[in-house]
Amino acid sequence: MIQKVDNAVNFETDTPILVMEKLCKNYQLGSVELRVLKEIDLAITSGEYVAIMGPSGSGKSTLLNLIGCLDRPTSGDYILGGQSVSILDDDELSMIRGRRIGFVFQSFNLINQLNIVENIQVPMYYQGFTEHESAERARELATLVGLGDRMKHRPSELSGGQQQRVAIARALANDPLIVLADEPTGNLDSASGEEILTILDNLHEQGKTLIAVTHDEGIAEGAERVIRLLDGRIQRQEYNKKTEDRKQKTE
Amino acid sequence: MFLFRFKRTVKLGVKSLWMHKLRSTLTALGIIFGVSSVIAMLAIGEGASRDAQEKIAQLGSHNIIIATVKPPEEQTAGGQQQTLQEYGLTYADAERFRNAIPDVQVIVPNRRVSQQAQYRTHRISAEVIGTVPWYTDISQLRVKFGRFLSSTDMHYKQGVCVVDERLVKDLFGFDDPLGQDIKIASDYYRVVGITTERAVAKMASNLEEKDATGAKKSGANLGGIYIPLTTVRDRFGEMSLQISSGSGRTIERVELQEIIVKVRDIDQVLGTRQSVQTLMKRFHKKNDYEITVPLELMRRAKEFQRIFTIVLGSIAAISLLVGGIGIMNIMLATVSERTREIGIRRALGARKRDIIFQFLSETLILTLFGGILGIILGSSIPFMVTHFSQMRTVISITSLFLAFGISAAVGITFGLYPAYRAANMDPIESLRHE
Repeated sequence: MIQKVDNAVNFETDTPILVMEKLCKNYQLGSVELRVLKEIDLAITSGEYVAIMGPSGSGKSTLLNLIGCLDRPTSGDYILGGQSVSILDDDELSMIRGRRIGFVFQSFNLINQLNIVENIQVPMYYQGFTEHESAERARELATLVGLGDRMKHRPSELSGGQQQRVAIARALANDPLIVLADEPTGNLDSASGEEILTILDNLHEQGKTLIAVTHDEGIAEGAERVIRLLDGRIQRQEYNKKTEDRKQKTE
Repeated sequence: MFLFRFKRTVKLGVKSLWMHKLRSTLTALGIIFGVSSVIAMLAIGEGASRDAQEKIAQLGSHNIIIATVKPPEEQTAGGQQQTLQEYGLTYADAERFRNAIPDVQVIVPNRRVSQQAQYRTHRISAEVIGTVPWYTDISQLRVKFGRFLSSTDMHYKQGVCVVDERLVKDLFGFDDPLGQDIKIASDYYRVVGITTERAVAKMASNLEEKDATGAKKSGANLGGIYIPLTTVRDRFGEMSLQISSGSGRTIERVELQEIIVKVRDIDQVLGTRQSVQTLMKRFHKKNDYEITVPLELMRRAKEFQRIFTIVLGSIAAISLLVGGIGIMNIMLATVSERTREIGIRRALGARKRDIIFQFLSETLILTLFGGILGIILGSSIPFMVTHFSQMRTVISITSLFLAFGISAAVGITFGLYPAYRAANMDPIESLRHE
């Protein structure tokens, strides 16, 4: 069976870890076929921080679900980490989700009957870590997001910001290729939102690839690239200044 | 690694069941009662059948019992004051069996009379059995003190008797009966021996009650007094006066109440029965006898027990089914309540089979827990039944395993569908679920 996630693959900075080619997603609504995504072409390189923005109904969530392998495209190709995932079956998709993707949700989505450490252990559990290994790593991660003193608490005993930090720790549990955040600050007050943004920025600085779907201009400012969706198409992409600085730095 | 997963899943299952203690308990109750009724019913059924089989075995599997039955009353001409009714087995019958049937080992003719027995001033009803010294060969009767009747007693028509423990208890109290005299009708008899209780007579009457007649109400709870057959014939005669309300007085003449034929080998039982029947048919015009073959009774009892077990088993199975449906109901509710959790787990990498395993194990924990409690409860019910109703019960190990197996099977059967439903939910939809 699967042991640990293979992290040895070293992606070149400019090699895209995520490539979408002419990706379409249609939904059948009665007799009407709803074309939610229309021929999306997208490439995201390792270590990038991308914000996806757009009005509601523009296809953001659908795109996010596709990136997160929760859904399969109607047509087109999606290559994640050098592997085409549009042809995988349900079990294989589950495995990709578990190993390659870390989800952060708007409403945190922690499991209430588990304590903080156990919540962080959940993704590792499905990848076959032993109890000991996963508990150890979960404690490390909890400390990393500043909740080292709350490890035995239930999610309901924490504030929204703290819950979201647990969710981020959980997303990092299997050391994924991409951390996928869906409106990570949407349910938080501005102070907690700031905290979360700082954590995301830190992750980015550590070289994590981040993709966030958001309305929050704050996230958009922190991101290197903003992809604006409209009517299921990429309307335009903006590169922030920070990115330019960074590119110059690397050059 | 499988073991580790298993442990984790079980821990998780226990945890989420523990969160809804009341609900889990109520759900488990269905299984608890189902399993305990399976065990209790099987125990009662098994007890009843063993009881019956032992009783029949006491009658002797090698024996053929021919008993006198009062024939249906012939409508005599009205107004007649006295009638003489003559029926039943005769000494000639016994003689014929001895001469005509080849495989006979012993023949025991018995005469039974219900009489009052008196010791000093104490007087009770007892059953007087006129029999032969070799009566012990065909019954389970054991002599505890003294001796049984001897051929000398027979020959000289001695006024001796052997009493059974029941009579000793009722009549003598703490006195030693050996050598004492008891008065029956107008004569005195000396006690020469004490035997165990006469299970045989008791059982025979029980069984015959089940078989149509009921004419012979030999006191099952009366003490027994064994007197040489010759003595009985001499002193009591063969007449008995019966006063019935309708037709005045009836005098009955019965020579023998039963003849027990024992064959040498168990294979000869059925053949001998045929010969006995043929003989009896030829010499008895009236239908005044009945042939009982314990071996056949035993077979019938087994058949009866099988049906009994099936009936009880189906009742118990239905209650288990109801319990199982209750579990399925609760698990479906749990699944829809935890839709979001399922979505989260799927997003975090759980495969369908992980979800199935999670919910199935929860159901299994519930049913096995219910099964264990049911086994405990079910094993204690038979004890109470035995204690309060004197009914015999036997808990067999097989029934415990059966009950446990059934509860596991119920868990899997009724847990599979909810688990399958949970696993097949669309992760995106479930994540959106409030």
